[in-house]
Amino acid sequence: MSTKQKDIQIPDFRFTPTIDKVGVEERVARIQTRSIKGESKIQGMKMVLNMIDLTTLEGKDTPGKVKQMCYKAQHLHEAYPDCPTVAAVCVYPSMVKIAKEALGNSNVKVASVSTAFPSGQAPREVKIMDTKFAVEQGADEIDMVISRGKFLSGEYNFVFDEIAAIKEACGKARLKVILETGELVTLDNVRKASEIAMYAGADFIKTSTGKIQPAATMQVTYVMLMAIKDYFNKTGIMIGMKPAGGISTSKLALHNLLMVKETLGENWLDNHWFRFGASSLANDVLMQLMKSKTGVYQSGDYFSLD
Amino acid sequence: MTRLSVLKTYKIYIGGQFPRTESGRYYSPLDAAGKPLANVCLSSRKDLRNAVVAARKAFGGWSERAAFNRGQILYRIAEMLEGRRSQFVEELMLQGAIEKAANQEVDLSIDRLVYYSGWTDKYQQIFSAVNPVASSHFNFSVLEPMGVVGVVAPQNSSLIGLVSTIIPIVAGGNTVVVLASEKLPLCAVTFAEVLQTSDVPGGIINILTGTEKELIEQFGSHMDINAVLYAGDTAENYKTLQVLAADSVKRIVKFKLNPSDETAENPYLIQDFQEVKTTWHPIENIGGSSSNY
Repeated sequence: MSTKQKDIQIPDFRFTPTIDKVGVEERVARIQTRSIKGESKIQGMKMVLNMIDLTTLEGKDTPGKVKQMCYKAQHLHEAYPDCPTVAAVCVYPSMVKIAKEALGNSNVKVASVSTAFPSGQAPREVKIMDTKFAVEQGADEIDMVISRGKFLSGEYNFVFDEIAAIKEACGKARLKVILETGELVTLDNVRKASEIAMYAGADFIKTSTGKIQPAATMQVTYVMLMAIKDYFNKTGIMIGMKPAGGISTSKLALHNLLMVKETLGENWLDNHWFRFGASSLANDVLMQLMKSKTGVYQSGDYFSLD
Repeated sequence: MTRLSVLKTYKIYIGGQFPRTESGRYYSPLDAAGKPLANVCLSSRKDLRNAVVAARKAFGGWSERAAFNRGQILYRIAEMLEGRRSQFVEELMLQGAIEKAANQEVDLSIDRLVYYSGWTDKYQQIFSAVNPVASSHFNFSVLEPMGVVGVVAPQNSSLIGLVSTIIPIVAGGNTVVVLASEKLPLCAVTFAEVLQTSDVPGGIINILTGTEKELIEQFGSHMDINAVLYAGDTAENYKTLQVLAADSVKRIVKFKLNPSDETAENPYLIQDFQEVKTTWHPIENIGGSSSNY
């Protein structure tokens, strides 16, 4: 367990607060009726770009694909002046070295999934080795998955210990804990898993692997943001949030930002504390930015392939 | 007690669904006697954008479908149209046609659908070619659909104008976003209901109602529309299209036939929205063999 947490009283996870599902849905629906226009939309979209973890997590990934993506991470769209870079690229451990080399000394970080992503069905030693390998290869951030099977059968201590062990293996790398909310069934479970992850040492909590539907719904993200808020109020420690999977339009991304601002405040509106895990979101945002600049609706034909 | 009749809401058709216009605006076209016919959506440029997104999404699946299957689906539209002919006749008469003319228009529309359903797996043979070349290549040219095609339907026709302009384009594997006649929009919306109950996947044909004046610039400038068929009768709008199309280098075609004419159908209308792809396929030197392509 990291030093910052040694004084914190760990609660009994059987008694985490339950979630008012109807209330969450209403709150989210209200946020989604908001319309963000003009200059604030442009600022918001640039912020979105800067918060993206450009992701490729496929069995068919090749060094070429990863290099191409790393180039894109640094040069999103040459035709748009002052375009920010994305926050990080997210790859499998075997691709970390390639990504690290391709990114050179740019500010773009390399995140690596680990712990037998995406299922997490492997012994703990394997998961720790997986994590250590990724860190040795140069990963700045580790995206681990929790053992959903253990969680659902009530073995919260197992899940907690596992996260703590991986946190230790991470060393200096920041740890994002993927809850895979699509498999957790209820919002109550999402809240519980969020708390377990935060108390066990997560630097970030993340909704999904992107391999399971539904992924990052607004409802789930809202519940996790509220968990972060409560944790912050209790301990004074800021935890990051990363919705991943299913956020492919700039409108949805802006609504997410709005939700972050209204639940956690402006301190979280920074890519150190908030990220989008996405592959096709960047192009949609770029197309919107170009639309604002030229006044003409854009075509995917003129933007780089994901 | 007299019963209040339930009036139909005429909505637009995007991606296989019937949303109201995003703008929330309506207009009321008038019948011959100057009485309002219905409240019809006045589509905005955002509706056009949404329609293009739906059309682009549907393009891959539609263009890769077997040509024969596209024909089957077009034939199915004809079948469904036949089943609802009385509704179309009624609407045509509401919009000022006499009964005989209305019946003829529906007949012709059904026949035209059948006509193009037959062409889907045949135009390729007519327009493709094996080209003689001097090197050791098998060189051939085939047609490929262009992508998303915008259509501005004829103003003076409610049903047959719509069918005659959009069907050859989708027969060729394109997806369309069509702006229906401003004055005579009723059949377009009912035709969308026919499409939805046929086997046409959502997004292949998207139907908007509204004014040419408002949407013509968007049809011209939208980067993701690959071509536009203009069947309206405003020279100025046609010119606007041509000027704005320069940026995305889209093809602009004018529909010159009278759709009510029985002969206003031919495979060249399919060819209008096709690109030619030529392939040089290396082969062993076949010089001296009997075939000399």
